[in-house]
Amino acid sequence: MTDTTLPEALRNPDVGGPAQPLVIARDLVKHFPLKSKIPGRRAGVVRAVDGVGFEVRKGETLGVVGESGCGKSTTARLLMQLIEQDSGELIFDAQGVGSAQLPMKRFRSQVQMVFQDSYSSLNPRLTIEESIAFTARVHGIGAAEASARARALLDRVGLEPARFAGRYPHELSGGQRQRVNIARALVLRPRLVILDEAVSALDKSVEAQVLNLLLELKAEFDLTYVFISHDLNVIRYLCDRVMVMYLGKVVEVGDTETLYANPAHPYTRALLASMPATDPDHRTLVAPLAGDPPNPINPPSGCSFHPRCAMAEAVCARRAPALSDALAGHPVACLMAHADGGHSRQLAATT
Amino acid sequence: MTTPQDNHAEAQAAAPMVSVRDLRVTFSGGGKTIRAVNGVSLDVAPGEALALIGESGSGKSVTLRALMRLHPPRRTRMEGAIRIDGADVMALDARALQRLRGGTVAMVFQEPLLALDPVYTVGQQIIECIRTHASVSASEARQRALRALESVRIPSPERRLAAYPHEMSGGMRQRAMIALALSASPKVLLADEPTTALDATVQIQVLILLRELQRELGLSIVFVTHDIGAAVEIADRVAVMYGGRIVEEGPIRTLLRAARHPYTIALLQSRQHGMDRGQRLQTIAGSPPDLAALPPGCTFAPRCPHARPACLAQVPATTDLGQGHRVSCILASESAVAEAAA
Amino acid sequence: MEMTLKKPAAAPLVQRSPGYWTTVGRRLLRNKLAMLAALILLALVLMALFAPALMPSDPYAASILKRLKPVGTEHYPLGTDELGRDMLSRLMLGARLSLFMGITPVLIAFVIGSALGIVAGYAGGWTNTVIMRLVDILYAFPSVLLAIALSGTLGAGVGNALLSLTIVFVPQIVRVAESVTTQVRNREFVDAARASGASSLTIVRAHVLNNVLGPIFVYATSLISVSMILASGLSFLGLGVKPPEPEWGLMLNTLRTAIYTQPWVAALPGAMIFMTSISFNLLADGIRSAMEIKD
Repeated sequence: MTDTTLPEALRNPDVGGPAQPLVIARDLVKHFPLKSKIPGRRAGVVRAVDGVGFEVRKGETLGVVGESGCGKSTTARLLMQLIEQDSGELIFDAQGVGSAQLPMKRFRSQVQMVFQDSYSSLNPRLTIEESIAFTARVHGIGAAEASARARALLDRVGLEPARFAGRYPHELSGGQRQRVNIARALVLRPRLVILDEAVSALDKSVEAQVLNLLLELKAEFDLTYVFISHDLNVIRYLCDRVMVMYLGKVVEVGDTETLYANPAHPYTRALLASMPATDPDHRTLVAPLAGDPPNPINPPSGCSFHPRCAMAEAVCARRAPALSDALAGHPVACLMAHADGGHSRQLAATT
Repeated sequence: MTTPQDNHAEAQAAAPMVSVRDLRVTFSGGGKTIRAVNGVSLDVAPGEALALIGESGSGKSVTLRALMRLHPPRRTRMEGAIRIDGADVMALDARALQRLRGGTVAMVFQEPLLALDPVYTVGQQIIECIRTHASVSASEARQRALRALESVRIPSPERRLAAYPHEMSGGMRQRAMIALALSASPKVLLADEPTTALDATVQIQVLILLRELQRELGLSIVFVTHDIGAAVEIADRVAVMYGGRIVEEGPIRTLLRAARHPYTIALLQSRQHGMDRGQRLQTIAGSPPDLAALPPGCTFAPRCPHARPACLAQVPATTDLGQGHRVSCILASESAVAEAAA
Repeated sequence: MEMTLKKPAAAPLVQRSPGYWTTVGRRLLRNKLAMLAALILLALVLMALFAPALMPSDPYAASILKRLKPVGTEHYPLGTDELGRDMLSRLMLGARLSLFMGITPVLIAFVIGSALGIVAGYAGGWTNTVIMRLVDILYAFPSVLLAIALSGTLGAGVGNALLSLTIVFVPQIVRVAESVTTQVRNREFVDAARASGASSLTIVRAHVLNNVLGPIFVYATSLISVSMILASGLSFLGLGVKPPEPEWGLMLNTLRTAIYTQPWVAALPGAMIFMTSISFNLLADGIRSAMEIKD
């Protein structure tokens, strides 16, 4: 879908066709070095993202869940190319990101992000309208046109331009600021919007309003969403497919209903079982998982989940499982999903 | 065999451990007067867990802190009556207040990194609390601190005594804070969003821990949260707050299945739980009230789909619907009258 | 599929909130102490500007007979100095040089220091290391010693004194600028601006500067009083202003021996330095408090 009111250079036509995934990420790795007390000696690395590969299909909402240290925020930043990966490739609509076919600035007009902290993602010295218009002006749209676009978008997200365009971020509530961030993300008609815990800091009633808005905008602007959250209820409600991350790796990907009904990976199972009960007569009696999520500085050998896994065996400490596709369309990174994994149990294929 | 309902009725019959009557808390500063709490009355029986549910600006955290008089005295004005374990909290002098805090009532906060002193080890902080409330020798205090850490199921408690807060993971820190709060054997535990900042798998551990400790020690718990799920796991009773008032309270089962106040109903409906994908969520129109300029009458009326002129005129009276279920809404009082007449 | 953007019919009147600096200004106006300091400074500046018109006597007219007259002498309200020149006139004219030597080095250092600091803070990495470590070298010297050493090397005179003072203040401002810029750089709105494809220069211009210049400016204002005192000190040591030009520090020097015979007269230049420095400090403090707008 092209917006003919945008200048020619900014229109983003579909290149690969409907079957082509919008984003393909392959073996992304990002390690952050730790400062060592003795100069010249490396103190270790934080293996934030340790070989992550996935795809985002056109028009879907892909959910990303995981706990602290799983690498979901780093993955989001890699997707946006706010930080550069140490290795691995990123392909956007069949074109390599940063290549001659898809230079960085062009890529940036097609992928935008909404951050968790609604206040710190807005420049406190600029008015709302100026913040939104900035993105447009960066790409060459003139000042008057950019302001008009900004106001139209404010109107679309439910903030009356006459009342809000001249205001500063500190004068708005959290929910209103998040709407502004969404409006800013849409100024250039991107194709992919990454929402990094975008509703996590909002009150529940405000969250509901913003989620409704996101649904409307997705249909109207033909968007694809990557939705990162720790709230499993929101993920289930919003997302078509879900990707579960643990300690810098993808452990399971699948269709939302299937994943929630029959989680394959032991971690996913534990995570879903950790959701608080909804019936006071059936409260959770035993915590599904003991201990805290581990630190990505020294991940365990082999399968990084094995120290906490109820089904771990000796082989799990030796071999790191790759994502297997034994359960069709539902990749799982567990030795139980590989016929030759060496584990005594096998995951049953669920359709 | 006693059912939960029997225990509950028995608990109610005994004198309440925490009793609040018509609490009002006003903050003045910067030229504005913020009426954070506007007439809150509640009771917590011994061994009972009450969840205070509300969104930002509802006054739930302010109410909790008022129970221990934690607000800065110069900027705050408190009115009303608070009794904890028979003592009139508003009338306590400084020394008695210090004995109350930690000894009778203790508090657990949302972010342990901020609530624990970073320059002392966990052991030192627990020992300090123990020795403030009981004159025991250093070695005896250390033994008690160790037992406190064991009671919160921290692995390797010996080692944790010598650990600094930043050396521990989030879940362990929260357990340490609970141990600190319980170290002087209080009867009431106040918890301000204790699991909000924790990961899901850790949150359920801490919720189960709190529930078990409550049962073992017979604690009364007042638990502030915005997450109904957390309340389901721990609370016996729930009080829903809006605009500085309790709009509805009752046993948790009653509130989940038969809520009567429009705000409670809307809150329950706005959860994504059970909604189909792509279906619009129910939302509450409008925005939270400005506590510096509260409307007269029911604070929820401006956003209520059932509001009437009478709602804006005066604060609705509290209707008792039986079995501990109370609602502050003109609609409920009318239907209660109609039921009584029928 | 084509999609047209719905534009509002006529640009409606947009409710404009008061800008940041307007709010800061209003808060400042309510601060009585800062306003008092501002008034004093205004009076001093006006006095310096219109000194030639305001002076009752010739500041250079010397007379051995009239030397060291006390305060309240006829024709000489504030007495005379050791060469018989009218103190009041010399103090008035001296304000020019003293204020000039207080403000100018700070102004120049603000421009240079901010530029270096912002570049170091935003670029990070090697650029940051090189700039900051070079600055550290200068920072290692106590400012008074550095000023004296530089002035001594360059020689006496107003120009050289200005140069050495500027060099003393640049490192301090670079440090503050770098620190504030690094904080701002890590805020998410800078990430959002990068995500929109803006170049570093655009981001610095549109997002960093308006957040950073305020705090740096306030810090620089607090340096003005230091600069005045240092300049006076240099003149006192004979390294700055040369006689017979009136400058408060120089006057303090030449009146040194008179402290036993006419203590009040000898103290007058010091009192002027003190009053001006305190006023600058209070004003800077007031601006800083006004800028802490709690959101």
